[in-house]
Amino acid sequence: MNEISGSAIQFTNVTLGYDRRPAVHHLSGAFAAGSLTAVVGPNGAGKSTLLKGIVGALCPLDGQISLGEKARIAYLPQAAAIDQSFPIAVEDLVAMGLWRRSGVLGGISKADRHRIADAISAVGLEGFEDRALSTLSGGQMQRALFARLLLQDAPVILLDEPFTAIDTKTARDLLDLVQRWHTEKRTVIAVLHDMTIVKEVFPEALLIARGPVAWGPTQDVLTPENLLIARRMIEAHSPDAHECTRAA
Amino acid sequence: MMYDFLIAPFVEFDFMRRALVGALALSLGAGPIGVFLMLRRMSLVGDAMAHAILPGAAIGYLFAGLSLGFMTMGGLIAGFVVALLAGFVTRVTVLKEDASLASFYLLSLAGGVTIVSLKGSNVDLLHVLFGSVLALDDPTLILLAGSATVTLVFLALIYRPLVLECVDPGYLRSVSKSGALVHLGFLVVVVLNLVAGFHALGTLLAVGLIMLPAIAARFWTENVGGMIGVATLIGIVSSAAGILVSYHAGLPTGPTIILAAGSLYILSIILGARNGLLWPALPRRHLEG
Repeated sequence: MNEISGSAIQFTNVTLGYDRRPAVHHLSGAFAAGSLTAVVGPNGAGKSTLLKGIVGALCPLDGQISLGEKARIAYLPQAAAIDQSFPIAVEDLVAMGLWRRSGVLGGISKADRHRIADAISAVGLEGFEDRALSTLSGGQMQRALFARLLLQDAPVILLDEPFTAIDTKTARDLLDLVQRWHTEKRTVIAVLHDMTIVKEVFPEALLIARGPVAWGPTQDVLTPENLLIARRMIEAHSPDAHECTRAA
Repeated sequence: MMYDFLIAPFVEFDFMRRALVGALALSLGAGPIGVFLMLRRMSLVGDAMAHAILPGAAIGYLFAGLSLGFMTMGGLIAGFVVALLAGFVTRVTVLKEDASLASFYLLSLAGGVTIVSLKGSNVDLLHVLFGSVLALDDPTLILLAGSATVTLVFLALIYRPLVLECVDPGYLRSVSKSGALVHLGFLVVVVLNLVAGFHALGTLLAVGLIMLPAIAARFWTENVGGMIGVATLIGIVSSAAGILVSYHAGLPTGPTIILAAGSLYILSIILGARNGLLWPALPRRHLEG
């Protein structure tokens, strides 16, 4: 990976939401290229919405999200909408990570086969190559999806609650991959709830509660005062909300 | 004896050979189409779309009688229109796709039967509803073979995105814009196969040779390619068996073909190597690891 200078993803007064209701209110700032950031906050704080905005699945109600030139994004959604009953083998699912290389009709070369095997062994799924998805446990499925992320070889990687409902050993193994991506100077943004992991592994953090609370080095963000502010967030919409007056 | 039962009818009668060739051509396209419909949870969508082609074919019939060209064009157009309209209604109203398809196919069936009755006899109506696999002429055979050819080539081309769109549509959207196009193209070949099946088996049974073999194949293998192979094979065996049994027993041919496929389906549920009902009932010790 070449080092990319500056910011990978820049927010200018961004408001994201559904049906004119903001889920993330007036966010400005940037994820620096090569940074490793945890996005934290209570349920309903707008964390997943933020990632959807970055990948372009959701248009901002206001403001602008600009991606760096080389910001090709690999995105692992929360509880990815995968049909696990579909009869497909682990190896074939992982191989889809090579889509950019193979496209609709391109063949999968011998070198590609090696890459696929490497990715599968990097996530500790050797021996599972021919297993059908329906036979995988939640943790094994998440490992397979990480193998696919590996093959996508993207400079920007977004993970939405990647370690939810996953045992400690699997989470540790997958965290090693996250740290490997960081040393390879990729920009990694992960939505997380486990503060121990955040403090231990993630140098940067963004705390949101339907709007930004704090953004910067993790120890400055996760202070008791900030967390208290986040906890006081009001989840429900107010039925008589007026148009927002904080001008762009 | 075996010769008399299996071979002689085809040697003696031209219409039997035509029926066999037509049904085999249908089975080739129907196998993979059925497997993908099933895996995309669209089994009933196929049924609804089969009914939807009726008014189009009926309007073609109104203009030109039992004409292959007019009824095929009418059926194709009506099939696409209903598929697109159902999708449109699903997007702009609160209805889910199954509800909007159900409404459209009921309208289509009632409308189609009414249109045919305006001009035709009951014989024509029976032809439209149940097909006439024993009366396939050259142009119809060419249509059936052409439909199978187009289907197989097209599915081979879109195989990868089609599979990915079933397993993980979100991921396909993130790496490629082909998702919507693939879905639309798939619907087009579904309609094509239904219209081809319509000529041989009629609007009510056309979907039988598509869905029954595919659903039966689910009980034999755990991978998509294998399923397509098994489904095609079941379609071929059902076609041949149905035609022969109907000949010897004096039964209507189209329904007998579908009943043959249905029998294989029931056998598969019980005996299927994957998740067949019989196996868990047998006393077998579990493995070590």
